[in-house]
Amino acid sequence: MKRYFSLSVLIIFVVIGSINVHAKDYTKYGIEKDIPGECSYAAIDAKDYSGRTLNIITHAVPVMGEPTALHAKQFEELTGAKVNVVHVPFGDLFQRIMIPFQTGQNAYDVLFYGSLWIGDFNQYLAPVPEKYRNTKSMQEVTKNYRDVATWGDVMVQFPVDGDRHYLKYRTDVFDNPKMQEKYKKDTGKELRVPTTWEEYNEVALYFTGWDWDGDGEPNYGTAEVAKRDDLMFSAFISRAAPYAKNPHVKGGFFFDLETMEPLINTPGWVRGLELFVEAQKAFPPGGNNFGLGDEIFSFGGGQTLMSYSWDDAFIQAMQKDSPIRNKVAAAPLPGAAKVWNRKAGKWEEFDPPNRAPYITWGWTSAVSKMSKNKDMAFDYLCFFSNQANTLHDLQIGRFGVNPYRRTHFDPNFWIEKLGWDKNTATTYVETLSGMDDSKNRVFDLRVPGVGQFMSSLAAGVSKALAGQETPQKALDGVAEEWRQTVDRIGKDRVRAAYANVVALEDNKK
Amino acid sequence: MLKLNHKHFFLLPGLIVLVAIIIFPLLFTLRVSFSSWDVVKPGLDWIGGKNYVRLFEDMRFWEALSRLSLMAVGSVLIQYIIGFGLALLVWRDIILKRFVRVLFLVPMMTTPVIMSVIWRTILHESLGPANDIVQVLGFEPLNWLSTGGMAVLSVILVEVWQWTPFMFLLLLAGLLSLPDEPYMAAAIDGAGAFRTFFSVTFPLMAPISVGALLIRLIEASKLMETVYVLTSGGPGTATETSSYYIYIRGLRDYQIGYAASLSLTYLVIMIISLTIIAKVLTYKMARD
Repeated sequence: MKRYFSLSVLIIFVVIGSINVHAKDYTKYGIEKDIPGECSYAAIDAKDYSGRTLNIITHAVPVMGEPTALHAKQFEELTGAKVNVVHVPFGDLFQRIMIPFQTGQNAYDVLFYGSLWIGDFNQYLAPVPEKYRNTKSMQEVTKNYRDVATWGDVMVQFPVDGDRHYLKYRTDVFDNPKMQEKYKKDTGKELRVPTTWEEYNEVALYFTGWDWDGDGEPNYGTAEVAKRDDLMFSAFISRAAPYAKNPHVKGGFFFDLETMEPLINTPGWVRGLELFVEAQKAFPPGGNNFGLGDEIFSFGGGQTLMSYSWDDAFIQAMQKDSPIRNKVAAAPLPGAAKVWNRKAGKWEEFDPPNRAPYITWGWTSAVSKMSKNKDMAFDYLCFFSNQANTLHDLQIGRFGVNPYRRTHFDPNFWIEKLGWDKNTATTYVETLSGMDDSKNRVFDLRVPGVGQFMSSLAAGVSKALAGQETPQKALDGVAEEWRQTVDRIGKDRVRAAYANVVALEDNKK
Repeated sequence: MLKLNHKHFFLLPGLIVLVAIIIFPLLFTLRVSFSSWDVVKPGLDWIGGKNYVRLFEDMRFWEALSRLSLMAVGSVLIQYIIGFGLALLVWRDIILKRFVRVLFLVPMMTTPVIMSVIWRTILHESLGPANDIVQVLGFEPLNWLSTGGMAVLSVILVEVWQWTPFMFLLLLAGLLSLPDEPYMAAAIDGAGAFRTFFSVTFPLMAPISVGALLIRLIEASKLMETVYVLTSGGPGTATETSSYYIYIRGLRDYQIGYAASLSLTYLVIMIISLTIIAKVLTYKMARD
């Protein structure tokens, strides 16, 4: 008996030993460890795509372009496939994808692009197969980003990133008793994180033009993306949303879904633009020509008190060499105490202020319907976004990969891996995850021709910011252009697409 | 009647290139301009002159065109004056003549987009060095890119910096080819430097000046990269030029048919305008 027992133990050790010998070490790829799953390193390593070629189009390096290339190289090494990656500047990305689609060329198997183009691209995209939709990784994607990836009832985009707009502010000012006292003395009001855009402008203006951080340089109140054709339309939507998105009114934020009449020049939107124009007084010099890059470095470099837009400025502020590392926190976008009710034709008071989180567009990916390598293409995307890779990519700010799975909203991850302090990490994950719980979300105008609509909007808003037109007149001009665009594209076609957006905003899905 | 023989086949490569890179794209663009090709209607359907009717009502296009005229003519004139001045400076023997000539050409040899990015950094109103210099000189910081008028001036400034060397090169070549006799005659007649310049050099340089101005005007009328990088056409529409507007409509909005009609209209306007300018300049120079 004793001999059998000894033999059994020996066999167990031999088996375990042989497993250890054969388990590969994937840490050479930069990950901490391979996390078992359908698209883990080990699972992809077991596939053989030798002799096959995968063509990918993506953004320029580094944002999304760098992780695309990195994981493409790893995929090549693991599977034996040949992977070609084409990098394109953002301004050309849409047409570089659209022209092959429209001319019936099977140019790219995998596409990385802005998720707001789903209205234009959906007809050319292969639905995400069930086996990928059911993976553990995909099940962990939060509702917002599964919604963003879905057209009608079909998931056609593969989530690889999570984006939203939220408020970033300096805790060394807001939590500083001396600053609180000074603010109270000078304004008679408590210094607190703004809950409305009026309050935001007021606080920003107070902290403009003087050196409140003691570095010898003047500081300013707010850095915003205000440069025309440089994603400024998204900043404006963030500002206007709480005034125009009334939770009591269903059936459309950009348009009245029934009539397809633009709502862009209604009082709520106009109020948002008036406040955007007013906020320029608290911009740093040249702030009304700030693109996203300028906004990132202005707030991230410690020049301004507050900012809002994508994650990048926050991540920049938290870089190891940042002068304001761990002196920042996140909060929901400010709201509105008065909200336009377009059905009643009057303003409605809200206490607490109405919030309308903007689930703004971000990076997404998809597989072309024309691809002859759909199996390999989806495997690549599944590998790209496997848990080990995502945890790695989240830690590299320039990659542009931001939290989109429930597991990413654990403050300890940011504290342990990136050295964030508790307050910063907690406000960050709570703000981000809190947006999933909102019942008053705003999405992008995900309809065919979204580029035309947003281009008109940016031009109109820019005219108001430059003082060429009043906010009302500028938005009247935008509304007129939108009517013409709807007529050109076809009212029914735009309405059918817009119904998907409204269903998300009205929580019908 | 033309008799074809084997010699004519030597023309074929040139003819093929001409058709492939000029005639075909032009005809294709013309055909596209009569279609509604956009994001939802791919292909070459036929909508007649609808795009052209829309274009005539599109004030943003006409405003961009008039803005472009101002910026192009303004920047080319400044380039001409500075380029002529620099060419005169190194025309005669000066110290380090060869070095200075090469130095003047450096801006032209740089990539416009990259240089626009560099200039955007220089002119950055809170982080760039331009305002530091302005303040050291005792002036208030300038709103280089954030007010309409200054943004136009900034675009012109970058254009002048980049393209004055081209003007300099052409004018220097012209100066070096001038005959000595008129100068000897002017010296015998006791003409001073100014008199010699206005009565001898300037008239003799007329043909090359017209050529240089026209070449630069053609190039300047396509002003796009500088605007794209520096201002994106803003603030508002203050620096939006025709090329930038066509880019927005064509590649950002993906209104391919409409952008084609804008491009062709713009091309026709440019051909007519530049022909008139060439005639006027040639006539004036010849008369002088």
